[in-house]
Amino acid sequence: MILLLFLLTVAVFLLFSILPGDPARLTCGKSCTPDIIEANRHRLGLDKPPLEQYEAFIGGIFFGREFSEDSPQPVICNAPCLGYSYNRHAQVLGLIVNAFPVTFWLATGAFILWITTGISLGILAALTHGRWPDRLVMTLSLIGYSLPAFFIGLVLMFFVIIKWRWLPFPSYVSPFDNLGQFLQTMLLPWIVLAVLYTAFYMRLTRNQVLETFGEDYVRTARAKGLPERTVVVKHALRAGLAPIVTAAGLDLAGLLGGAIISENIFSLPGLGSLSLNAVTDSDLPLLAGITLCTATFIIVANLVVDLLYAVIDPRVRLGS
Amino acid sequence: MTTPAAAQRPFLSVNNLSVAFPTEDGLVRAVDGVSFSVEKGQTLAVVGESGSGKSVTAQAIMGLINRKSAKITGEIWLDDQELVRLPASDVQALRGDQMAMIFQDPMSSLHPFYRIGDQIIEAVQVHRNVSKKQARRETIDMLRRVGIPAVERRVDDYPHQLSGGMRQRVMIAMALINSPSLLIADEPTTALDVTVQAQIMELIASIQDEFKITVILITHDLGVVADVADEVAVMYGGRVVERAPTSVLYLKPEMPYTLGLLSSIPRMDKEMDRLDPIPGNPPSPINLPAGCVFQPRCFYWSQVPDDLCKTTRPELLSTGPDHLVRCHLAPDVRREITAKVLSELAGVPS
Repeated sequence: MILLLFLLTVAVFLLFSILPGDPARLTCGKSCTPDIIEANRHRLGLDKPPLEQYEAFIGGIFFGREFSEDSPQPVICNAPCLGYSYNRHAQVLGLIVNAFPVTFWLATGAFILWITTGISLGILAALTHGRWPDRLVMTLSLIGYSLPAFFIGLVLMFFVIIKWRWLPFPSYVSPFDNLGQFLQTMLLPWIVLAVLYTAFYMRLTRNQVLETFGEDYVRTARAKGLPERTVVVKHALRAGLAPIVTAAGLDLAGLLGGAIISENIFSLPGLGSLSLNAVTDSDLPLLAGITLCTATFIIVANLVVDLLYAVIDPRVRLGS
Repeated sequence: MTTPAAAQRPFLSVNNLSVAFPTEDGLVRAVDGVSFSVEKGQTLAVVGESGSGKSVTAQAIMGLINRKSAKITGEIWLDDQELVRLPASDVQALRGDQMAMIFQDPMSSLHPFYRIGDQIIEAVQVHRNVSKKQARRETIDMLRRVGIPAVERRVDDYPHQLSGGMRQRVMIAMALINSPSLLIADEPTTALDVTVQAQIMELIASIQDEFKITVILITHDLGVVADVADEVAVMYGGRVVERAPTSVLYLKPEMPYTLGLLSSIPRMDKEMDRLDPIPGNPPSPINLPAGCVFQPRCFYWSQVPDDLCKTTRPELLSTGPDHLVRCHLAPDVRREITAKVLSELAGVPS
């Protein structure tokens, strides 16, 4: 895993050094003269060889670094330093740390929503396989799957907020400052984000559970004379839901890197909005930082999911 | 044997049992009018190819076939209870208690997430009101009896830590834990190594001696039947085509299908260049032939006048003491054919 994280830093670094577009030119816009570009290039450390740049990048993460060493007011970036955004005149880490709680609440809320509805409706569909509740759930899943998030988001926004005025215009506050306003703001983004995932998890859960119903060990459980409820809950569901843990962990981690569409529709200042802005501004240090963070989340989530799976399924435990 | 009514009825009797599954392609008649009976403590072997309906018959007896998705008719009498019409909850109470079943593939029949001991303890506690401690003691005893070594340690193993033979022993222990009076073994050795097969068959036989259990042994292998079964029912296309005491079935089979099964057993005691399989495949249970279901694969149907084998279903008729055959061939013709085929098998020129 350490190796993976190391390779990740190399990949991110390479990706953003070979990208077309000269970062030094981007710093000054229309007022560029070759002299200014050269000066900026030096200020950014872009005139150094790539390996040295990479060393400075890694060194910054562990020990902190200074930008514009030659100028009278160097920017001091303490460890862990992910870089300095010249567009925003701010440290990348600070920008991410400010945006992260928004994304965290958005992802967690949507996660809870889609896990509860998706799995319970999926189980319902499996239990009523072939009858109308199953068909209804599968139809809902298909619809949810087909609707793009921006469409649902704009429609909900138009009706619920603009036309019917059931909710105020979204304006993010921390849940610790104003829980009521927080919930009013987050409700629609949660729903929009959860719709797609709910549709996916309904289908996934249904298929998983149906598959385990056909397993030999479920027949064994019935042959033992266990009540149907025990057969379903203890024997079929336990085995059927195990793979869903994997999918859920990775999906949550992916979302923690920002939900670009939902955050933008509801103007939530999270990582998704931040990365979109970084892209439109060609703010490479910021983009690199966000990419590094998101990828780290996914790597860590992978590890957590693997550990969790070992708890659920004795077959993957080591040393036995 | 003092009360006549109870004495007349065998311990298990299946009368005219049919199981049909409605599917989009049509009604699948997996089992069609099957009848047999077993006396207490006896072993009945049900023999047939894949798709002959033998496993479905077994699962119907156990009540493992979803009554919503299948149409089950006929009667299944276990002791003094009729199981087809018995409420599902009452059948559930009998299952794992009065009647138990072991399955073909021990690799997948145990739940991979639970310890083997706990899976057996669960079977104890669902039927009897005993403490977990007591259930665990009984479980360890039973595992020892079925030949699990180092039981105290093994009882807390997960299924994947055991070999196939050991898992089948665990399945047997689970089936026996509540002292059932009927044990259904559905191809219990098919998925195992040959050496282990013999051990498991020996175990089942010794358990039957010890516990006086009635056993239904389902298999496609006539070779394993000879030693253990008292009676054999041969199934084909969802029907019983021949039923006889084991020695009669081996020495004087009359149905061409049974003859075919006997000829396809590999033998070590004489030179054989190749096996004699029965040509063709079992019929699809959706479009059964109008006549005898075995006719398309039968060598002898042309010896019956008027194409009777193609047009009319034969009945299961008595041809000797306890010997029933479903075949249009005249009895003396059948016996002639049998004598010829068996002597060829024995290597004696006819």
